[in-house]
Amino acid sequence: MSLPPLVEPADELTVDEVRRYSRHLIIPDVGMAGQKRLKNAKVLCVGAGGLGSPALLYLAAAGVGTLGIIDFDVVDESNLQRQVIHGQSDVGKPKAESAAASVREINPLVDVVIHNTALTTENVMEIFSGYDLIVDGTDNFATRYMVNDAAVLLGKPYVWGSIYRFDGQASVFWAEHGPCYRCLYPEPPPPGMVPSCAEGGVLGVLCASIGSIQVNEAIKLLTGIGEPLVGRLMIYDALEMKYRDVKVRKDPECVLCGKNPTVTQLLDDYEAFCGAISDEAAEAASGSTITALELKGMMDRGENIYVVDVREPNEYEIVSIPGATLIPKGEFLNGSALEKMPQDKKIVLHCKSGARSAEALAVVKDAGFSDAVHVGGGVLSWVKTVDPSLPSY
Amino acid sequence: MSVSVRIPTILRTYTGGSAEVSGEGATLRDVLAKLDSDYPGIGARILDESGKIRRFVNVYVGEEDVRFAQGLDTPAPDGTQISIIPAVAGG
Repeated sequence: MSLPPLVEPADELTVDEVRRYSRHLIIPDVGMAGQKRLKNAKVLCVGAGGLGSPALLYLAAAGVGTLGIIDFDVVDESNLQRQVIHGQSDVGKPKAESAAASVREINPLVDVVIHNTALTTENVMEIFSGYDLIVDGTDNFATRYMVNDAAVLLGKPYVWGSIYRFDGQASVFWAEHGPCYRCLYPEPPPPGMVPSCAEGGVLGVLCASIGSIQVNEAIKLLTGIGEPLVGRLMIYDALEMKYRDVKVRKDPECVLCGKNPTVTQLLDDYEAFCGAISDEAAEAASGSTITALELKGMMDRGENIYVVDVREPNEYEIVSIPGATLIPKGEFLNGSALEKMPQDKKIVLHCKSGARSAEALAVVKDAGFSDAVHVGGGVLSWVKTVDPSLPSY
Repeated sequence: MSVSVRIPTILRTYTGGSAEVSGEGATLRDVLAKLDSDYPGIGARILDESGKIRRFVNVYVGEEDVRFAQGLDTPAPDGTQISIIPAVAGG
């Protein structure tokens, strides 16, 4: 299935532009017409992180006329392993501004629009309406469902990509011509079921593999060439070095783009739709959350406590709270950790930032350890407030 | 009936790191039951408490999403590749 070009051609290319884009212009499928379409195109990249970095660099180099960058975050040292649009001197700067500077350096002819803000239900429709195409490089389910819903409601195509460890997925969602994200994944996973890259890690170069597929598809849609990745899911396994694609059907029962849609406007709260933590975990943590400093106080006073780190062994190896015993969260969820819990000590659970330990806390409390607590903010908070000499990750 | 089952990274803790394992069964339901007996616990990551395929996990027999075929009753012909594809959100 080929689709008509998304964008009308600009009137002309300048002499400078002809020189710059000559390697595109001599490809018959792109040519002057295609390059003029790119010049007229307005593309928004949601997130200037792992996927957004290569996507923005190549969209800029390709000569997309207007590039929007939306990101609320600032550059952190742990981003630099994969977010190649940012450099060492950008640490601490807003990602949207740092990315814009790189885009201008690569191609000063690009009109860069900086949205140094979080994408929210209040601003998403207005921001999206100024663009022809969206590239989704966000890192969480809540934003992904919001991007999808806004794109479908506005009738805009978007190029979706997602990564985890060595696995990548990419597709083009365009409800007018094929399925949307909700057709592929009708519901988000319950909290705690699917780890994020911050919890599970990601191979840096995987971002380039998937980000480049996204740009490839964006250019095809804008110029109307080739077979777009509409109705197909591309799956990449970096360890096996295999690409496969499977069909994605438009779901006639889709709540958003199906025959009888029940979602006809944005949801009120996408965080709640995806659940930051489960209800059980939130209930367990309520009134049973201590700070890292409070834990330090308990240790210093020699209180009778049993500190359990519920992260994975490789995380424990990076940094850990002195005296903590490692028992990964999975062992709580399948129940095998419970027999290791001492009856005569107060149990203190922690993880990286407090979400996984809240899930484990629900299990522990359910098993009768009613005075158990967990550390809000996890080991990251310990590093920040108790021992800044330790590494963060 | 012998089939191959592609295991996503996220579930490879159950298969000792294997990306592809062999499976057996006339239908997807049988293949998943055998998979869970070979690799205890993996079934619960694919099926919910009521035995249905979780809505954030897609299972393909060959190129077809079984939600649009016969679900767990989708036949698993000899030599077919079955792929388990969970939602990931990293970026």
